[in-house]
Amino acid sequence: MNRKDSLFKRVITAPYTVWMAIFVVVPIALVVYYALTDADGHFSAANITAIVDYGRTFRISIELALVSTAICLVMAYPLAYAIARMKARRQGTMIMLVMLPMWMNFLIRTYAWIAILADKGLINSFFQLLNPDFPGFKMIGTRGAVVLGMVYNFLPYMILPIYTVLTKIEQSTIEAAQDLGANRAQVFRRVLLPMSVPGIISGVTMVFVPAVSTFVISKLLGAGKTYLIGDIIENFFLGNTGTVNYNIGASLSLVLMLMILISMAVMNHFDKDESAGGML
Amino acid sequence: MKVLSKAYNILIFAFLYAPIAVMIFFSFNSAKSFRRFEGFSLRWYTELFQDQVILKSLYISLAVAALSAVIATLIGTLASVGIHSMRGAKKRVYLAVNNIPVTNPDIVTAISMMVLFVFFVTRLNMMEMGFGTLLISHITFNIPYVVLSVMPKLRGLNDNIYEAAQDLGCPPAKSFLKVVVPQISQGIVTGFIMAFTLSLDDFVISYFNSGSTAQTLPVTIYSMTKRPYSPKINALSTLLFVAVMILLLVVNLRKSGENKKEAKH
Amino acid sequence: MEKNRIIELQNISIALGGEQILKDLNLYINDKEFITLLGPSGCGKTTTLRIIAGFLAPDAGKVFFSGRDVTDVPPHKRQVNTIFQRYALFPHLNVYENIAFGLRVQKIKEPEIRATVTEMLALVNLKGFEKRNINSLSGGQQQRVAIARALAVKPRVLLLDEPLGALDLKLRKDMQVELKNIQQRLGITFVYVTHDQEEALSMSDTIVVMDGGVIQQVGTPIDIYNEPKNAFVADFIGESNILDGVMRDDLVAEFAGRRFDCLDKGFGKDEPVDVVIRPEDVDVVSVEKGMVCGDVTSVTFKGVHFEIIVDVDGFKWMIQTTDYVAPDARIGLYIEPDAIHIMKKSKYSGLYGDYSTFSDEIEMLSDVTYEKEGGEDEP
Repeated sequence: MNRKDSLFKRVITAPYTVWMAIFVVVPIALVVYYALTDADGHFSAANITAIVDYGRTFRISIELALVSTAICLVMAYPLAYAIARMKARRQGTMIMLVMLPMWMNFLIRTYAWIAILADKGLINSFFQLLNPDFPGFKMIGTRGAVVLGMVYNFLPYMILPIYTVLTKIEQSTIEAAQDLGANRAQVFRRVLLPMSVPGIISGVTMVFVPAVSTFVISKLLGAGKTYLIGDIIENFFLGNTGTVNYNIGASLSLVLMLMILISMAVMNHFDKDESAGGML
Repeated sequence: MKVLSKAYNILIFAFLYAPIAVMIFFSFNSAKSFRRFEGFSLRWYTELFQDQVILKSLYISLAVAALSAVIATLIGTLASVGIHSMRGAKKRVYLAVNNIPVTNPDIVTAISMMVLFVFFVTRLNMMEMGFGTLLISHITFNIPYVVLSVMPKLRGLNDNIYEAAQDLGCPPAKSFLKVVVPQISQGIVTGFIMAFTLSLDDFVISYFNSGSTAQTLPVTIYSMTKRPYSPKINALSTLLFVAVMILLLVVNLRKSGENKKEAKH
Repeated sequence: MEKNRIIELQNISIALGGEQILKDLNLYINDKEFITLLGPSGCGKTTTLRIIAGFLAPDAGKVFFSGRDVTDVPPHKRQVNTIFQRYALFPHLNVYENIAFGLRVQKIKEPEIRATVTEMLALVNLKGFEKRNINSLSGGQQQRVAIARALAVKPRVLLLDEPLGALDLKLRKDMQVELKNIQQRLGITFVYVTHDQEEALSMSDTIVVMDGGVIQQVGTPIDIYNEPKNAFVADFIGESNILDGVMRDDLVAEFAGRRFDCLDKGFGKDEPVDVVIRPEDVDVVSVEKGMVCGDVTSVTFKGVHFEIIVDVDGFKWMIQTTDYVAPDARIGLYIEPDAIHIMKKSKYSGLYGDYSTFSDEIEMLSDVTYEKEGGEDEP
């Protein structure tokens, strides 16, 4: 490169470098700092060992997130496949329809479910209309409602990347498999599924990460009875229902972050193709 | 098989749209109830427009989205060019840092910035939680998305055209503006729109970083969900939904118009 | 003579990505000449061009333009223009605006711009293409726009970086003639980079053969072909049989097991040398009349001639002849004194010029890799 030119390039990168250093790198470092010190700023491993107390919450969070992710995958794949096999014009419309609900704020989308699931909500009203003595389902406040909220909110994140990889698979590939004697199930298992792994992986990450770290869905649909890791972190930082403790909050966040990093690394290991089916 | 697949698609879409339909329907209910529809009324819409808290937070949301998107687009676009021309380990470090806010759960990004702000507030007394911290936090999580949408355009660019412009007598900075920017403009616009909508839609990061003086619309909605049920939320959601629909329609009509124009050539 | 030098490179060295690309390169280019930098990919020819254009700053050495040191002058202030490998047209501008780009930068008035663009479009045979979108043009047409765009700013030197590499053979031949015509009509200097020796031979006034970042030979096409300096040049330009030999005396060379009369002199007595004999300069005769004899191992029909490989005591010669020779025949070879060219030994001795592993297939394969690498010379 020409000398002046490389100077020009360094100058235009400078604001970014400074910004990202102060507002991304330093905050992460501060989280680590808080996680490893006590209230007086002395080094302490107490916060890290305290995590054991929240083992149950971690377990529930991960369980619910995994169940939601699995349901999303099972629900999304057939739809994504069907859309990918439609005519180009139709595909555009369908994808628009999938994305449209995402343009609504997710608080509103979640809130809408309260109206449907509440003790005196739409579903129970409907059954009581048929049978006035119907005692009504108890739905809000259950883990099922939380999973439903997660699936509803994050389903499009699963559909889109799978759809993207499926559109890249050419019809002739499938025909070649059929030509070589594969039946429908074999085509799916031996050709379609392996080829859509990159899309599945990015879909799984895009659903799992927000699901495992949410605190809004559990608050609204779990009615505070299903306590997730996000709720605990929120409490330690904002103290809505307890005492503020940045140190434990930071150590929990750190563990959450590391957990997601590790699981993503493991996922990427399976995904040899670098060009994963991204969203856009 | 075809019928089955069609039925399945309809079922999924019903699932996706049922809550939205319920919201829209009950926004026109004259009663304050989710159970019975007692008659058509625009009562909640009029009340909505008299609610100063909602109007103020709408204004703050729009202001933060617009400002943060503009600033993030500027910083991100310039940086993309720099990062694009980097090599080896340096480039990998930049891309890795760029990915931190994208891959981290929102709540971790949110509390990490909050910790930074509180650190400045309590230890150094430099700032207060409010519009400033809100704006900074939005710019921070917007920048990586701008970079991610501009970089692929740069990769697809023939590097020689930047040199060709200089070769024809254009100084470097002007060459960049005259030939590189038009080539990556699509990526820049995509990045801007993403930044704007992500910012408008964000709840978690605003919730931790806005303080009490500068609440965005989602933060206000969240506090409304904790109070007794108010159909004003339904009215608000309906309006937002209609706005988004119109926006998408306009964008798509413009796009198909452009496609037609191109097809004519 | 001195004042005719438009570009002079003095002691240029440059390393890119830790690799030494050019080593102490010296070169001068005369005004109004068509000079070609020729060499395999990775030889440093594109790097040399980019240093002249100003896109690369040499680690050491100086660049002079019309006697003025321009080493630190940025590209946009140099009076040279480049035709890039893949044209580098601006896709967001139409043909007219592409050609007008350099003129607009100079803030020239619109009527003048219009006149120049029209003139340039006529020059490259693209009248009526003003409003066309760049992406709607064929490769050849894009090439012409690139030429028009560079020439519109009236450069004194035009740099062309493998400009015809992306075109198909027929179009390439046409464009070669056209480029040469344009150069002669405008009377400006062309510095042309290619790895195609035929292209270089047919277009150039001067050829600079490069390898490994070092200039191997500078000369007219005829000089380069007839008097290659070393085995690399002899092999790279055309086909050659290169044999180990010894100069027994002025005008007497010994190789292939006997002494030959030749026209070369000035070597030391009994100095080991490389002997070059072009395939078309060997006459096929009967065994009795032959200066050396061998067995034909393969015969390939090439249209104008036959290409035969002859095994002479283990060394395989390539010979081009218009007379049919049967495979497995034993024939004699006759070599005139002026067909023999003697070269000093170099680091390339023994690497080239034996056809023992030669086959058409291998030649084709190596052509393919050439095409590919030619597209992206040095990074």
